[in-house]
Amino acid sequence: MSTKSRLHIPQPSARPGDKPDFSYLELSPAGSVDKPEVDSRVRDLEHLSAGLVRVLDDDHTAKGAWNPNIEPGDLQIALRWLMLTRVFDERMWQIQRQGRISFYMQSTGEEAVSIAQGMALRPGDMCFPSYRNQGLYLYRGTRLIDMMCQCLSNTGDMCQGRQMPIMYHNRSANIFSISGNLATQYPHAVGWAMAAAIKGEDHVAATWVGDGATAEADFHHALTFAAVYQAPVILNVVNNQWAISTFQGFAGGERRPFAARGLGLGIPGIRVDGNDLLAVYAVTLWAADRARRGGGPTLIELVTYRGGAHSTSDDPSKYRPKDEWSAFPLGDPVERLKQHLISEGHWSDAEHEKLEQELREEVLAAWKQAQQFGTMTEGPFLDPAIMFDDVYAEMPAHLEKQRRQMLELES
Amino acid sequence: MAQMNMIEAIRSALDVLMHKDPNVVVLGEDVGYFGGVFRCTDGLQRKYGEHRVIDAPIAEGGIIGAAIGMGVNGLRPVAEIQFADYIYPGFDQVVSELGRLRYRTSGDFFSPVTIRTPCGGGIRGGQTHSQSPESIFTHISGIKTVMPSNPYDAKGLLISAIESDDPVVFFEPKRIYNGPFDGDPEKPAVPWTSHPKGEVPESYFTVPLDEAEIVESGEELTIITYGTLVHVAQAAARLTGVDAEIVDVRTLAPLDIGTLAESVRKTGRCLIAHEATRFSGFGAELAATMQEECFYYLEAPIERVTGWDTPYPHAFEWQYFPGQKRIAAGIRKVMEVQ
Repeated sequence: MSTKSRLHIPQPSARPGDKPDFSYLELSPAGSVDKPEVDSRVRDLEHLSAGLVRVLDDDHTAKGAWNPNIEPGDLQIALRWLMLTRVFDERMWQIQRQGRISFYMQSTGEEAVSIAQGMALRPGDMCFPSYRNQGLYLYRGTRLIDMMCQCLSNTGDMCQGRQMPIMYHNRSANIFSISGNLATQYPHAVGWAMAAAIKGEDHVAATWVGDGATAEADFHHALTFAAVYQAPVILNVVNNQWAISTFQGFAGGERRPFAARGLGLGIPGIRVDGNDLLAVYAVTLWAADRARRGGGPTLIELVTYRGGAHSTSDDPSKYRPKDEWSAFPLGDPVERLKQHLISEGHWSDAEHEKLEQELREEVLAAWKQAQQFGTMTEGPFLDPAIMFDDVYAEMPAHLEKQRRQMLELES
Repeated sequence: MAQMNMIEAIRSALDVLMHKDPNVVVLGEDVGYFGGVFRCTDGLQRKYGEHRVIDAPIAEGGIIGAAIGMGVNGLRPVAEIQFADYIYPGFDQVVSELGRLRYRTSGDFFSPVTIRTPCGGGIRGGQTHSQSPESIFTHISGIKTVMPSNPYDAKGLLISAIESDDPVVFFEPKRIYNGPFDGDPEKPAVPWTSHPKGEVPESYFTVPLDEAEIVESGEELTIITYGTLVHVAQAAARLTGVDAEIVDVRTLAPLDIGTLAESVRKTGRCLIAHEATRFSGFGAELAATMQEECFYYLEAPIERVTGWDTPYPHAFEWQYFPGQKRIAAGIRKVMEVQ
């Protein structure tokens, strides 16, 4: 302690050229965290926010009370979804680099969040995603071509050209629309869950936000409302360590884990290895079960690492070590599930390569199809007249007038 | 028909719709057990239960954000923001989410939230309980902005607002909750029983969201106004003896340009009055639109009478408030031009 006050400026553990250093990450051995009953008192769950629920050990075995014991066949399906997400991201990144879409965001390194949580939720549960949840859209049945057409803003775009790439939605699959404004979806999820409870339904809502956006007021509004009304909602914080160039310390992650954000309100928090599909699945199932049984909200912190750039507009080599991801102690979610299946005798390198090739072909075929609906340079093009639709349920006179003006100028 | 003040009319609108549609829910600070600081929801929780008239934490962003989520899940939420001055923590939710959800999802998602909020001065509320931020909301595409000037319209417009699949920000001028205020604070308060628009049907009826109303017809000058100033403008016109046509805008956005322009073309002169600050106020939009629509009919420049471009000062409320004298001076100025 000093005799003077001081302004603390958080510093990341490593900058470009430094050796990556994750010593700040508190880890628990796989299988070491207990699994309390879902109807436990909140005070008896507090320790879950400080530990780290892990099932997949470094030796690729599944351990402990949180092991969900998923059938090998289902795990192979899960692996396929993880791989599809990654292959899709890789292709779309290239496509952006070729100038054929304006923007893209990968979820590389954090695919298990979307896939494991998608698996743990029921179709009637409503998802309010963040912008790095593309796996969730895919898992819930959004076709590759639909995702690609959205990124192309073409005639097949679900948003009719009104949103920049990656801001998907899928009403029939119960996944909400992505906003560019951060954390706004958090109170929506809570309100949706409150409505489900008002209507006496047993659906739960789930929502996602990054570590950086936990600093937004909407995050705190949502936690308060979720706690007050004991809304059946799962509040996920995907802590991938980086918010563009801002490391998680600037969101207040230096002294207490994000999982502990709700403790003051009586919301139990679970910190989980976000790159461990089995652990994420088990924890999400537990939180959903608790919500469905009237236990209220759970906050889940998914500890992971943003393997790629924030977006195609970002260059992370300017602010973090290039090899930081390879030093991340929780590894790569795809590799870890693959090695687990191999070690259990349910998968092989040859099968993995074959599947990867198949997925590449599937994604490429979808891209060829998507372009049939138009590209940035080749038709068919969306009719600009539709830009005036859907502002209101019915078009008011002033928009009708502006629509005519625009069409006259365009003709 | 029953006699109602504006508070009773608003309560009646909520009651009628909550009875008609089980998806209508009310949420806000102090709205439930207590019945609202202005009593607009008094008795509704006892009648419809705690699950439909929901007391909320003091977090306007949370109230509006949660209401949006409820609307996405099939409810028809009516959120009360206790004072319009408190709405700003929820502003991002209104601008970026509520106003654009239908658009950004091509109509796949929408949330039919109505935000009710008392506005305006004249109650010794100082700078944090007197503001009229309506123009800020008229600037947001996808939002409808409404401000009634009497109990009949308050009920009919609120029912239309709640039933609308579009989000509506519904401003309630609190100075006229209990009676039509003509701008003279020295005169004894007048109850709504003395006013024809204090007669309100007890049952369901609507006032359409896209129609202005000519509340007094005249030939020499059109006064375009809304909210409390409808009554002040009427008194000011009487003071000057000018045969003014007074148009109550009622729904500010989308604007009923036709009714306004027709009146201005007829009289050839136009004065715009509102309580909110002048610069970039809604009067600027009205003046520009009337100029576009009626330029060749105008015999004088369009005049604006508004609140000053300062915060609403507690000690100088009546110097701030655009009362009869200021509006009368504006009328004379427009009439002087030959």
